[in-house]
Amino acid sequence: MLKRKREIKLFEPALVNTAIKQSFVKLSPRLMVKNPVMFTVEIGTFVMLAVVIWQLATHDITQGALWYNIVIFVILFITVLFANFAEALAEARGKAQAESLRKTREETPAKKVMAPGDIFVNEIKIVPSSQLRLGDRFVCESGDVIPMDGEVIEGIATIDESAITGESAPVIREAGGDKSSVTGGTKVLSDRIVVAVTTHPGETFLDKMIALVEGASRQKTPNEIALTILLAAFTLIFIIVCVTLKPFADYANTPITIAAFISLFVCLIPTTIGGLLSAIGIAGMDRALRANVISKSGKAVETAGDVDVLLLDKTGTITIGNRKATNFYSADGVSEKAFIDLVVYASLADETPEGRSIIELAQRKGAAIPNLRSESDATFVKFTAETRSSGLNLANGTRIRKGAFDAIRHMTTAAGYIVPAAIEERVKLISGAGGTPLVVAVNNEIKGVIELQDIIKPGIQERFERLRKMGVKTVMVTGDNELTAKYIASKAGVDDFIAGAKPDDKMNYIRKEQAAGKLVAMMGDGTNDAPALAQADVGVAMNSGTQAAREAGNMVDLDNDPTKLIEVVEIGKQLLITRGTLTTFSIANDVAKYFAIVPALFIASIPALQHLNIMGLKSPQSAILSAIIFNAVIIPMLIPLALKGVAYKPVGASALLRRNLLIYGAGGLIVPFIGIKLIDMLLGLFI
Amino acid sequence: MKIFLVSIKLTLILIIICAGLFPLTVALVGKLAPGRGKGEIITVKGKVVGYANVGQKFTADKYFWSRPSAVDYNAAGSAGSNKGPTNPRYLETVEDRIDSFLVHNPGIKRGEVPAELVTASGSGLDPDISPASAYVQVKRVAAVRGLSEAKLKSLVDAHVEKPLLGILGPSKVNVLKLNVALEELR
Amino acid sequence: MNTELFGVIITFFLSVLLAFPLGKYIAKVFKGERTITDFMNPLERLIFRFSGVDPAEGMNWKQFLKAMLSINMLWFVYAFFALIFQNKLPLNPDGNPGQTPDLAFNTAISFLVNCNLQHYSGETGLTYFTQLFVVTFLQFVSAATGIAALVAVFNGLKDKNTDNLGNFWAILVRSITRILLPLSLVMGIILAFNGTPSGFDGKDTITTLQGDTVQVSRGPAAGMIAIKQLGTNGGGWFGANSAHPLENPNYFTNIIETIAIILTPMALVFALGFYINRKKLAYVIFGVMTFLCVLFIGLNVYFETKGNPAIDKMGIAQHIGSMEGKEIRFGSAATALWSVVTTSSSNGSVNGMHDSLTPLSGGILLLDMMINALYGGVGVGLLNYYIFIIIAVFISGLMVGRTPEFMGHKVEAREVKIATLVWLLTAFLVKAGTAMAAYMAAHHPDLAWSVNPSAWLNNPSYHGFSEMLYEFTSANANNGSGFEGLSDNNIFWNVTTGFVLILARYIPIIGPVAIAGLLANKKFIPESPGTLRTDSITFGAMTLAIIVVVNALSFFPALALGPLAEYFSIK
Repeated sequence: MLKRKREIKLFEPALVNTAIKQSFVKLSPRLMVKNPVMFTVEIGTFVMLAVVIWQLATHDITQGALWYNIVIFVILFITVLFANFAEALAEARGKAQAESLRKTREETPAKKVMAPGDIFVNEIKIVPSSQLRLGDRFVCESGDVIPMDGEVIEGIATIDESAITGESAPVIREAGGDKSSVTGGTKVLSDRIVVAVTTHPGETFLDKMIALVEGASRQKTPNEIALTILLAAFTLIFIIVCVTLKPFADYANTPITIAAFISLFVCLIPTTIGGLLSAIGIAGMDRALRANVISKSGKAVETAGDVDVLLLDKTGTITIGNRKATNFYSADGVSEKAFIDLVVYASLADETPEGRSIIELAQRKGAAIPNLRSESDATFVKFTAETRSSGLNLANGTRIRKGAFDAIRHMTTAAGYIVPAAIEERVKLISGAGGTPLVVAVNNEIKGVIELQDIIKPGIQERFERLRKMGVKTVMVTGDNELTAKYIASKAGVDDFIAGAKPDDKMNYIRKEQAAGKLVAMMGDGTNDAPALAQADVGVAMNSGTQAAREAGNMVDLDNDPTKLIEVVEIGKQLLITRGTLTTFSIANDVAKYFAIVPALFIASIPALQHLNIMGLKSPQSAILSAIIFNAVIIPMLIPLALKGVAYKPVGASALLRRNLLIYGAGGLIVPFIGIKLIDMLLGLFI
Repeated sequence: MKIFLVSIKLTLILIIICAGLFPLTVALVGKLAPGRGKGEIITVKGKVVGYANVGQKFTADKYFWSRPSAVDYNAAGSAGSNKGPTNPRYLETVEDRIDSFLVHNPGIKRGEVPAELVTASGSGLDPDISPASAYVQVKRVAAVRGLSEAKLKSLVDAHVEKPLLGILGPSKVNVLKLNVALEELR
Repeated sequence: MNTELFGVIITFFLSVLLAFPLGKYIAKVFKGERTITDFMNPLERLIFRFSGVDPAEGMNWKQFLKAMLSINMLWFVYAFFALIFQNKLPLNPDGNPGQTPDLAFNTAISFLVNCNLQHYSGETGLTYFTQLFVVTFLQFVSAATGIAALVAVFNGLKDKNTDNLGNFWAILVRSITRILLPLSLVMGIILAFNGTPSGFDGKDTITTLQGDTVQVSRGPAAGMIAIKQLGTNGGGWFGANSAHPLENPNYFTNIIETIAIILTPMALVFALGFYINRKKLAYVIFGVMTFLCVLFIGLNVYFETKGNPAIDKMGIAQHIGSMEGKEIRFGSAATALWSVVTTSSSNGSVNGMHDSLTPLSGGILLLDMMINALYGGVGVGLLNYYIFIIIAVFISGLMVGRTPEFMGHKVEAREVKIATLVWLLTAFLVKAGTAMAAYMAAHHPDLAWSVNPSAWLNNPSYHGFSEMLYEFTSANANNGSGFEGLSDNNIFWNVTTGFVLILARYIPIIGPVAIAGLLANKKFIPESPGTLRTDSITFGAMTLAIIVVVNALSFFPALALGPLAEYFSIK
């Protein structure tokens, strides 16, 4: 489903270069202080630097050998750089994603429509797009690049939106209706439109998204804040551990060097998650962007992961496009051939997709299309809410009508005919199978039934099953009657449906679920969807939708793909899972580090603690070095995981917890034992 | 302010119930208990020689010894030695006790000295010794008192208190009761 | 089977067996359903009328805590002055003196906060008046305070959305009249009939069989001992606590007293299930607590019955285990059991001297108190566990990709902040206190005002360190047991542990009650298949992992320098 059009390699050289540069820029304490865990590591690094300088000046060796302190300093410094690198790389990837979008932000000449009364004679003036303001109007003709987001207020045009969606097929945008929005950077292929600017400069969705992925305006989400608090608490705990260790060691007559204290501290605080936390957040936004979803805030993506109820439009989401004619059933005494001809007549004027599909089917069955375009041959009867039927009156007075069963039956019985039992039976059959029956009558006499069927998208059942396992309830919204809706709902595997839906029904349903404490997501495009989009906790507006809809939602889907909601939910969950698992991993790592460092600290004065050196590390020095080297290198090793996100498996909460606890909890316990031991063996070759 | 007033009144009435009525009730019912709530007493010929449950010091060779005590069996107070298991000074003390025991109990091998007889109890008032601690002293007491070891051994046998219901907890010997019986043996 | 081991198993088994129906009963009491103690109704009405309490009036979490803290403050003032002037008050047959202000400060707080750390010895440090009117009284009301705080949290969990955590006064009173008082009466009488003194007679002077003249302390002890066990108080009538042959005369009373230590804390876990109608949640919590507790019991029984390796090296017969500081009538196994349940439950009474336990047993007791939530103190143990649940909910919520929620309420930054604060406090108080003491012992051994730190420790080296660590750990856990070799009746220990006691009591109560209040105020989210079930075994395992890892991480260095170093040094 996902179109990976702008896939970037994980360690693309250009990005890595930028990220390395940024890693140094981010050393500035003013920036570091936002990440309390890494900030404390930086302080530790400075302290070690001071120790080294002091040692160089005084040649004092009570703090351990000079080379040893220098090595510790370097490793700590690298640890901070690694963390910065992770964040910088995520930002660089986001920037690269945004770059193609940003191009559309570049200066484009705009044909501004000047207000009457201005001094210019010419009505239209060419201005740079940056001078356009909210409410200004501009004109675009074929070949023009649209300079700014806006709403078509006049005309109709085909537009190439591949610049933002990557989809090359042109789309139609027209004034009025639900397809009136145009996006800056897209290109008009034909015709001429007048567009009103709907946003202030720099405040378009794209601008917001670019700022988000670049990390400039990224606000911490509530979960991120809570996690930061927890990590700060862990950091504080280990500050207490390390500070109080000094008097403990005094009591035990064990001198501990500053280097050892700082090493212990840096190893214990959750640097792994601390270093990767912001990278994870940025990568989440980035994943959303790659799915062609523009989010107004990071919070929206995270909320998506919590969604309980998903409101999906039937058409386009669950079924492919519109209903299609699948069968013609003639009444007794009417030949199929004659009936098909009637059907063609009845649908000639029907420009709806259903109408066209009837003609298509008739053609496939060999019917010819009569050329009846002139008023003299026939008068076309439009569909009205009153008659609920349409058709035409031929010049010879024959009245051909096609409509819902109820409407035609009413017409027929009023004229004194009876409805054939076979027809009634057939209508029931079709409805019961989720189809829509259309009945055709000639001069009030029923001649047969057309069966229209919804085509359910292949693979949609599996997607709903996946959602169900995630704990998300799916609700189908459709204008169909109860019976049809029920059939399609059960066939597609949705949990609930709203049949005969009017715009208000969506709103009411959302309110009802929210009152019960559920989080609701929905997708919409029309102006009448706007209130529901605003009411929903996650409202995804289609990019082709009206400005009102786009303003009301908190995400915009550039692909106009109604199944996108499912991806958005998964991205949200993945974001949280990645944070949770890496936190667990980071904390579990501490156990092994304790077994490396604590015996090393005290072995000189308490030889009995050698028993705690269960890894059999060679010397106190190499034990401490191994631990902090492991602590440093684990950060870059986990960058791919942080950026790609931990895989989400919809297997139910408890099973997922078991799985992640086993992989990242137990793994976090075991991996460092192996890693530290290996590094120690390697170091043994040198010291 | 209302909270404060409620607090005071509630405190008053709860003191009366918890600190007044409750212990009084237990004291009154306790009057019916053996020892009438004052502690169970052991008398020899009408003379009180001690409380059944409170250990006494026995250091003379003619008595079965009690365990070492951190308060010298003065039940005005109570305490253990609170010596840690690796404390060198403590281990010396135990060593001394073993030596002293071996001196007073000729013929007993070091490996036969029960550890509980050379380590102090928790209360300093332990009324009991383990059966092993009683049997190991039979030889000495018999020699000092001029009794047969077999006779003494059967006296100890009779004073070994079996576990609760025969299945719960350790067996033990009440030193005071054993020594009182020992005195009466003559 | 070995009768000592069998005794341990039966005792623990009986505790669970009795706790279950008691839990059911407690839930009924606080739900206001009919129970067999309804004959207390008139007494309760009298109490409410006298003190002007409307038991039906609800309180939000702030009002609840305000009421609780106000009356606690009053009790402190009352206790402090009563202790200082006890020599001038009646019921002092032994003529004991008044307490010094620093000792009175420590003692008053210690009993007020349900800790019962005793820097005095019962026989000489208190009078019968203060034993009853201060100590026994506080043992009732401090336990009831813990229950009340817990019931407040229950109320927050029970309703989908509520402001009302119940009426503090009413819950306090009913905790006493319906739970603590009836149980204590029964147990006090059992003890009295097994030889524990219950009358008001003072010290007796006797001449022993061997001819020494000694005194025997007595007093109305039986009732006080009952509530000290049942209310997880732990402060004994006599100095040696339940090792004293009058306080705990035989193996039968030892079983009763051991059960009494964990009976109420266990029952409250079951009560949670019955009260909020989430039995499975209660069973999972109970399972996690029991798993760790039984593990600790197993280890301690093993180490104690195996004996002291240093004694083994002397070549004598150490057949019944390490007996230094233990009583023959209980044996090493029952003492090991007691030592674990008393530290699990923040009771702190002892039937053998913890200072003399073998090194790793001592270490396990320390860890047990650091966790302080394996059943835990009446009420507060479950509150501590609640904090671990919040942290576990948060981390595992993230791990399954959903904003963490507990019982239908989202756990967000504010709750995480409170939970981590409570948790930080534990680590801070224990470590900072021990560090201060270690610093003084290392650098200022002859400081006069603190009565010579060099003389504090009864044991040198690692074990000395453990003594200091134990004292602060015990104070922080509101436990009250001690490595009693420590000379702690001086201004340094009285004041420092006093402050630790206050903070470690009230903050871990305020925190969970506040969280419960905040959560109950949030929008209720019904369970869906995506919700992480907190009553699953998986989540139980997660909580267990959090408890073990979090405590191991914050205390590993301290444990390494004390018990572990000592253990390895004689291995």
